[in-house]
Amino acid sequence: MEPFIQVEQLNYAYDEDGGQRRRVLRDLSFSVERGEYVAILGHNGSGKSTLAKLLNLILTPDSGKIIIAGREITDPNLTEDELYEVRRRMGMVFQNPDNQLVATIVEEDVAFGPENLGVPSEEIRRRVDEALALVGMTKYAHHEPHRLSGGQKQRVAIAGIIAMLPDCIIFDESTAMLDPMGRRDVLRIMDNLNRERGITVLTITHYMNEAARADRVLVLNDGELYMQGTPAEIFSHPDRLAAIGLDVPQCTDLVHQLRDAGIAVEGDCLTPAQCADAICAACAASGITFAPPRT
Amino acid sequence: MTSITLGQYFPGNSLLHRLDPRFKIVLAVLYITASFLCKSIWSFAALALSAVVLILISRIPPSFVLRGLRPILFIMLFTVVLNVFLTRGETLLIDFWIIHIYLEGVLTALSMVLRITVIIIGTGMFLTYTTTPIALTDGIERLFSPLKVFHLPVHEFAMMMTIALRFIPILIEETEKIMAAQKARGADFSTGSLMQRAKALIPILVPLFVSAFRRADELAVAMECRCYRGGEGRTRMTVLHATAADWVMLAAMILFGAVLLLINRFAPGFAL
Ligand SMILES: Nc1ncnc2c1ncn2[C@@H]1O[C@H](COP(=O)(O)OP(=O)(O)O)[C@@H](O)[C@H]1O
Ligand SMILES: [Mg+2]
Repeated sequence: MEPFIQVEQLNYAYDEDGGQRRRVLRDLSFSVERGEYVAILGHNGSGKSTLAKLLNLILTPDSGKIIIAGREITDPNLTEDELYEVRRRMGMVFQNPDNQLVATIVEEDVAFGPENLGVPSEEIRRRVDEALALVGMTKYAHHEPHRLSGGQKQRVAIAGIIAMLPDCIIFDESTAMLDPMGRRDVLRIMDNLNRERGITVLTITHYMNEAARADRVLVLNDGELYMQGTPAEIFSHPDRLAAIGLDVPQCTDLVHQLRDAGIAVEGDCLTPAQCADAICAACAASGITFAPPRT
Repeated sequence: MTSITLGQYFPGNSLLHRLDPRFKIVLAVLYITASFLCKSIWSFAALALSAVVLILISRIPPSFVLRGLRPILFIMLFTVVLNVFLTRGETLLIDFWIIHIYLEGVLTALSMVLRITVIIIGTGMFLTYTTTPIALTDGIERLFSPLKVFHLPVHEFAMMMTIALRFIPILIEETEKIMAAQKARGADFSTGSLMQRAKALIPILVPLFVSAFRRADELAVAMECRCYRGGEGRTRMTVLHATAADWVMLAAMILFGAVLLLINRFAPGFAL
């Protein structure tokens, strides 16, 4: 089966003051399967947000192809209706929750997307209720967004995208401005959308432990694909990541340091729980045992 | 957070809250018109009574309504002074040095004050206090949508209002934050000459504008991502339905206007 998103030799440059062009993406090629959960890593300015905006045609590439669900969206003969269909399929959630909510009432905001798509009223009502339930914000349907916490606002923003019934949602650092609780809620919703609803998730993040939850990680460096693979593969190369200013999840780093010190710790150790298990196993192997943890 | 009472919605479920926003806009316009029909002291009394009745129907605390009048206190005072001292009439009340106050002046001043008060309360009762900004915007968009035929940007105007309403609290909060940050660095906004104080505002306005433009930019992208393409082909989640209550209120308002005219004619006490 063909991949859901296929990007081939994508190039993009911004016009800068003084007539210069700033190349941001260089011959970028990759693909994403339907229903996959992909994290995109890269230091600031490596072109991640630009890539996201190219995938739903907010920006038009200078050269290269983007194929989504079999349709080449970079085709110059793409009709306007097809363009909006692409935007519907490829929902996008941004970093600042304040700057993506349009309406002054939560449920009106969630309705904004379907309204733009010309969905009939009763159907919008149904979708809005369902989307709000999915992100756990039904209680706040009639609230004003500016009275909500960052995490709640971000959940409303996600509901606004879900109501358009997308195939894929791109999260551009959507957890970056949230407190730990808000972040946890948003991550849970992302997982849920991916696992239960089969929505393809692309998440751009600076948090390595968020990337560790993905099926696959793409690492960008100065607009080029630097590495790709499962989180376990990517995070087993801390030196290559360090070379472009990225690190590995703290717990993985700990395990790497133990290994460097000559202690045999098995496994990928991407999450604190896996790491704890691996370290306990290593200790047991060398004859150290622990009392069972208090619960 | 700073409270801005004028133009703030007061949550409730009264008859006035439940009216169709399109009707409320029409009712507010009719009510303002009615306030200009008053020509006698009795019609003014009826007008004042109607304002009290409206407040009672809305079940909004009168103190909340009165607080909304505070911002226009100065305008009212100005009107009073102007009318009392400058109107010439027949019945001289006070004649002292260069001050000549006529009964007509006092009555005109009183009628103006009453009229302004009633207009503010009336538009508040029909619109700002009992109608959410979004419903109001919606009402405007739908009431004036026939004007689209003349290429009037009705939808765009409504969208602008919605976005302004959405971002006013955000920008107020941001202003406070920037002011606090500048104060922490020793900025002084409350002393010095007018010129100095105006200058002190520059370090607030510059970051505020930069941030507002950044927000506008991000919002525009977010709206495009959500398939916004103007008013063309757009549907709405909520559909407005006029109910019996809407038509009854409209009829009552027209009747009220007629009553005022009758009072003017048959009980013209202190005709103005
Ligand atoms: N609108 C723009 N105009 C000009 N240059 C831009 C614009 N947006 C981003 N850039 C530049 O493009 C590069 C990539 O930006 P971006 O895609 O936002 O990176 P990332 O999201 O990975 O931090 C940066 O060097 C940035 O300065
Ligand atoms: Mg970015």
